[in-house]
Amino acid sequence: MKGYAVTEGKEPRGKNSLAIFLARLRLAIVALTFLAIAGAIPATAQQLAPDGAPNPTASGVNQQQLLRAEPRIEGYIDIPDTRARVLAQPAGRTWDYFHEVTLHWFGAIVIIGMIALLGGAYLIVGRLRISAGRSEKKVHRFSPFERFSHWLTAVSFVILGLTGLNITFGKILLLPVLGPDAFSSLSQAAKYVHNFTSFAFVIGLVLIVAMWFKDNIPRRVDIDWLKQGGGFVKSRHAPAGRFNAGEKAVFWIALLAGIAVTASGFLLLFPFYVTDILGMQVALIVHAVIAVLFVAVILAHIYIGTLGMEGAFEAMGTGEVDLNWAKEHHDLWLQDQLAKEHRPAPSSAAD
Amino acid sequence: MPWGINRRRVVTINDGKPGERSVSMACMHCTDPPCAAVCPVECIFPTEDGIVLHNKDQCIGCGYCFYACPFGAPQYPRVSNFGSRGKMDKCTYCAGGGGPEAPGSAEEFAKYGSNRFGEGKLPMCAEMCSTKSLLAGDGDVIGQIYKERVVQRGYGSGAWGWLTAYHEDVDV
Repeated sequence: MKGYAVTEGKEPRGKNSLAIFLARLRLAIVALTFLAIAGAIPATAQQLAPDGAPNPTASGVNQQQLLRAEPRIEGYIDIPDTRARVLAQPAGRTWDYFHEVTLHWFGAIVIIGMIALLGGAYLIVGRLRISAGRSEKKVHRFSPFERFSHWLTAVSFVILGLTGLNITFGKILLLPVLGPDAFSSLSQAAKYVHNFTSFAFVIGLVLIVAMWFKDNIPRRVDIDWLKQGGGFVKSRHAPAGRFNAGEKAVFWIALLAGIAVTASGFLLLFPFYVTDILGMQVALIVHAVIAVLFVAVILAHIYIGTLGMEGAFEAMGTGEVDLNWAKEHHDLWLQDQLAKEHRPAPSSAAD
Repeated sequence: MPWGINRRRVVTINDGKPGERSVSMACMHCTDPPCAAVCPVECIFPTEDGIVLHNKDQCIGCGYCFYACPFGAPQYPRVSNFGSRGKMDKCTYCAGGGGPEAPGSAEEFAKYGSNRFGEGKLPMCAEMCSTKSLLAGDGDVIGQIYKERVVQRGYGSGAWGWLTAYHEDVDV
């Protein structure tokens, strides 16, 4: 084109020739620019294949472009199963990494760490005895209904914990021992037990919260209890009402963690009813992480209620505690309780 | 095959808009399959040929393979209460099942569908595809055919899922 313009420019004669040449040159440049623009439009709209034929798919969406813009590719599908609309979700591999690497390490460290901590406490501090010895006088602490609610929650928690841990750690710990077929049957049963026991746990948790909410509201005495070493320092007396600050902590953790595992658990129990694939993945992450922490806290709760402290288990066992135990651990509650029962208050701690 | 299972599905992206593409998707038989890694009873496994199979006798229907699968391949027949899932079903590459059933037996056919692979045939979908946009076979051979197509006819919209499934893209 440019060559053509220059050749044309030779023909005019006289003093105007330069001006005409420049005018033609300008025209040539403009034409070139126009052609360049005109050529650029088909280049983007219709890419040519290497053999020169137009490529009809060149303008179609491209997987890498879509994945750069969105974490997953979704489209339209004829079948009613809406889950199938997701064409690709590379996040599945990330979720797999969480479940197989992060969760295994996190769960093992938290649970084995807590067991080691409690073992260490038992070896170093030992069982916390009733300093004054048993008085052989009993005080009523928990009603049969309170104990029923506690044990409903407790038994279902242990079942849920074991069947839940089986899903994550069973293939490492039990599969090599039982063999694939027996382990699969066990896990199948464990899945159903886990699903159904969840309802018992929720009922127990609701009862516990309804009964003990008032007595677990933090009070000023809880700060004193913490300052006095929470009953772990023998020389100091830690005052407490019906529940001490440690028990209150267990209560509030159980309530909050209970809500988290229940909400995420029901999302998993009714898959895709209310959420999509990302929601299900997040629900499982929340469920697993909170449950592992919950198990660790409850292990400490079980330790202090059984091995860790003399006289503590009776409260949930028979419902009655020794008078001296109550005096040492729940003095403020003991005063109220004895007044309620019209019994004389004990004169001193060594009564 | 259980009712309501679609081993292969076509998803239309940008439906009715410029750049619309329809992509046919099934199990990609991934390298390092996330479904197999995540399975709590280890009933999913890649075979020597790189086909991902599973044992329905051991599957507990937990649904984790669907959360881990980048391509939405695992599906579960609804068998009982709530959202409870039955034994997982997915594309088997028409290579039968991963259970104890004898290859090519009626029991295997009832649970997993045909075992064309055992008869030396390719998956039905790839054999039937009229435009040969679905190809099945050895990864290197498929990669070579794909490269030739790109050289002849251009890149098109790419080989969907290849990078996610096999950790490497097809070099063109």
